[in-house]
Amino acid sequence: MSGVKNILLVGVGGQGIILASKILSQGLISAGYDVKMSEVHGMAQRGGSVTTQVRFGKKVYSPIIGKGQADIVVSFEKMETLRWLDHLKIGGKVVVNDYEIPSAPILVGDAKYPENVISILEEKASTTVFKAAEIAKELGNIRTMNIVMLGALTKAMGLKDVAWEKILKNNVKEKFVDVNIQALRKGMEQVEE
Amino acid sequence: MKKFLTGNEAVARGAYEAGVTYASAYPGTPSTEILENIAPFKEHMYAEWAPNEKVALETAIGASIAGARALSAMKHVGVNVAADPLFTYSYTGVNGGLVLVSADDPGMHSSQNEQDNRYYAKFAKLAMLEPSDSQEAKDFVKVALEISEKYDKPVLLRVTTRICHSKTLVELGEREEVEIKPYKKNIPKYVASPANARVLHIKVEERLKQLEKFSNETDLNKIEWNDKKIGIVTSGIAYQYAKEVFGDNVSYLKLGFTYPLPMKKIKEFADQVETLYVIEELEPYIEEQMKAAGIKCIGKELIPRIGELNPDIIAKAILKEERPMIKYSEAEVVGRPPTLCAGCPHRGFFYMLSKKKNVMITGDIGCYTLGSAQPLSSMDTCICMGASVSAGHGAQKAFSFNGVDKKVIGVIGDSTFFHSGVTGLMDIVYNKGNAVTVILDNRITGMTGHQENPGTGYTLQGEKTHAINIPMLCEAVGVKKENIFIINPLNLDDCNKTIDEAFSKKEPTVIITEWPCVLKKPSPEDIEKFGNKKIICKVDEEKCKACRICTKTGCPAISFDEKAKINEDMCVGCDVCLQACPFDAIVKVGE
Repeated sequence: MSGVKNILLVGVGGQGIILASKILSQGLISAGYDVKMSEVHGMAQRGGSVTTQVRFGKKVYSPIIGKGQADIVVSFEKMETLRWLDHLKIGGKVVVNDYEIPSAPILVGDAKYPENVISILEEKASTTVFKAAEIAKELGNIRTMNIVMLGALTKAMGLKDVAWEKILKNNVKEKFVDVNIQALRKGMEQVEE
Repeated sequence: MKKFLTGNEAVARGAYEAGVTYASAYPGTPSTEILENIAPFKEHMYAEWAPNEKVALETAIGASIAGARALSAMKHVGVNVAADPLFTYSYTGVNGGLVLVSADDPGMHSSQNEQDNRYYAKFAKLAMLEPSDSQEAKDFVKVALEISEKYDKPVLLRVTTRICHSKTLVELGEREEVEIKPYKKNIPKYVASPANARVLHIKVEERLKQLEKFSNETDLNKIEWNDKKIGIVTSGIAYQYAKEVFGDNVSYLKLGFTYPLPMKKIKEFADQVETLYVIEELEPYIEEQMKAAGIKCIGKELIPRIGELNPDIIAKAILKEERPMIKYSEAEVVGRPPTLCAGCPHRGFFYMLSKKKNVMITGDIGCYTLGSAQPLSSMDTCICMGASVSAGHGAQKAFSFNGVDKKVIGVIGDSTFFHSGVTGLMDIVYNKGNAVTVILDNRITGMTGHQENPGTGYTLQGEKTHAINIPMLCEAVGVKKENIFIINPLNLDDCNKTIDEAFSKKEPTVIITEWPCVLKKPSPEDIEKFGNKKIICKVDEEKCKACRICTKTGCPAISFDEKAKINEDMCVGCDVCLQACPFDAIVKVGE
C-alpha cells in the first residue's frame, strides 16, 4: 500500500513497549492519519519476545506488516533487533537501545548472548545506537526507558507536527509527567535530523 | 466521536450501546479484555466472571430467557467447554437476544490448538457474524442482538486474535436502552425434552432457511466491484489482508454474515469474475460450502490452512511475489521463550518436584504450564483446562492396574481448579484413586492478567464477596483432612517433605501451595496473611563456587558469568535460590 508507513517496535515483555505504541498511535491520530496498531498479549508477556506494529497513512487496511516491510525497527533490547531484522525494508532505519536482557537459554548457560549485534546491524541498515537505560537512570527512573525510545523514534521518523508532550501528559500519572517529558526530549536528542 | 479501540474494547462498547444488561465470561486470551471493558459500565450492565465457560454461557442463557439482552465471551477452546448448552439453546431459541463471542487464536499465540470455530456455527446451527476491524466488532454486536431477537437464534460473533488485539479507529454511538422482554413460562419452547426438541428441530431448520434469505439480502455481505478478472470471496481479518495486497484492482465479496452463507449472492459474484479466489484464515470453511454448491474456486490449493494469515502469505501464494529482504544469519539469535517470572511462587514447588524420580506430572493450562520449560521440565502433559487432575487419575489407575510402579501427580492453578479441576478430584475420591493433586494457589487468575476468581474474595465489578475455601472444598468432596497439606511453595524443605508424604499415601491426597502471584497487587487480605516485605537476594562472590545450581531454579533474575549474579531490579527476595545454594553464597538484603 503506497503512502502507508510501517513502524515495528520490538523488545521484551515488561519494557513498556505497548504504552509507547499507544502514545505513538494517539499522536499519529491527532495528526489526522488513519492508524492501525497490533499488539501482543498472553504468554509472550512473561519474559518473551514482544512486538507491536503501528501503521499509519491515508487509509490503512492490514493491522500487521510482513517481512521486508517496516520503514523503521525500534528495538528496546539489542538481540531482539536481530530477531526482527527480516521485517525491515531494504533501505529502512534501525534505532536500537544498547541494552541486554539475557533470555532463559542464556541464563541457564545453554547459549551465549550474541557478541556482535551492533556491527551486524550497521552493516545491514542505517542504524542509530544509544543507551536508553542509562539515560533513563540518569533521569531518575529506569522505567522511562520506553519514552526515551519513543522520543528517538519520533525524531527518526520526522514526526514533527505532533504535540507529543501533550499526548504524553494524558497517558502517564501526574507525578511522572515531568520525568517522562525529559525522557522524550532526551530521546529526540539521540537522533540526528 | 472517534476512539482508538482494540476489537475487544469495541465489542464491550458494542454491548453497552446495544443495551446489553447481562454479561458473563471466563478469562482466556485473546478474549479476556471484553468483560474487563464491560465491567466499568456498572450502572448499565451486570458483568461477572463465571467459574468456567459452560457456566458463563448457561447464566447468559438464563438472562436471555428472562428477557434481557445478554453476552457471553470466551476463547475458542472455551466454546468446547460451553458446547453442551450452546447446541440446545440453538434449538429453543431466545427471548432477549444472546450473542456468544468466540475469540479464536490462529497462529496459537497463547493456545493449545488452532481450531476454527466457524464450524460451530454450522454444527450448532447458529447465525454467525465475522467482523474485520474494531468498528465492525462494535457495530456487529448490535446487529447480532437484533438478528438474535428477530430470528429467535443465539448468534456467534466470531473474532480472532488479530481483531481482538489490534487497535483501529471506531466511531462511537449512544447507548440504546432496551427494555427487558416480558418473561412468559413456555414449556414447549424452553424444555428440551425429546418430544419438545423434535418439534424445535423442525423450527430450527425453518429459521435457517429464513436466515439464508437474510444472508443473501443483507449489506453485511457486500460486493465491491472493480476489475472483474479476479474476484475474491473473503471474511474477517482476511478481508483486510486481501485489500492490502490487491487494493482496488480486483473485485471483492466481503462476507460479514457467514452462517448461513449467502450462496445466491456468492453464485452471482462467481458468475461475473474470470478467476475466483477464496481467501480465508485457517480452515476452508467458506470454500467447502462453495465447492459443495458447485462453484469453481481456488482456495486452500494456495492459501495455507495452518497458522495465522498475513498479506505476505497472500501475495506470495497468488501473485507469486517475494519481497526483497535483508539477509543475515538467524543462527546468531538466541530464542526467548516465556518463563515463570522472578519470584513466581510456582518455581519453588516445581524445583523440588523436578528432583523426584519415577514420577509422571500431569499439567494444566495457566502460567504454571511454563513449569514444563527447561530447566524445571516438571510437567509431562498439558491437554486442556482441568485435565491435570483427571488425566492424572487415569494414568495412576492404568499404572497400578498394569503393575507399573510409577507415581502420578497433577498440578493445577486455583482458577483452573474451580474451572474444572474439582470434578476431576471428585472422580479421584469416588473411584478410590491415589494420584496426588497439587493446587497451586497464587490467589488470582495469573496467566490472563489477574482476573478475580471464586477464591479471591472479590467480584469482577469490584465488590467484596465470599471467598471459597479450597481446603474445605477438597474436604467436602471427600479428601480426608489429614491428607490435605497446605504449604508455602517458597519453602523448599516443606515442598520436598510434603511431596514425599503425599506419595506415601494410598488415599486421595491434595497439596495446596499458597502464595500470591508476584505481579499481583496485594489485597488487604493478602497483606495480612502473607506480609509485604521488600527484600532482595544477593550473591556473596567470595562464597560462590560457580556450581550453577542456582541457575537450575530457572529464575530470570539469575545470570551466570564466572560467578552467579542476581539482577536487583528483578529480584523480589523469594529466596528459592538462597535455599538451593549449597554454599550459603546467597544472602538476603533489606530484612
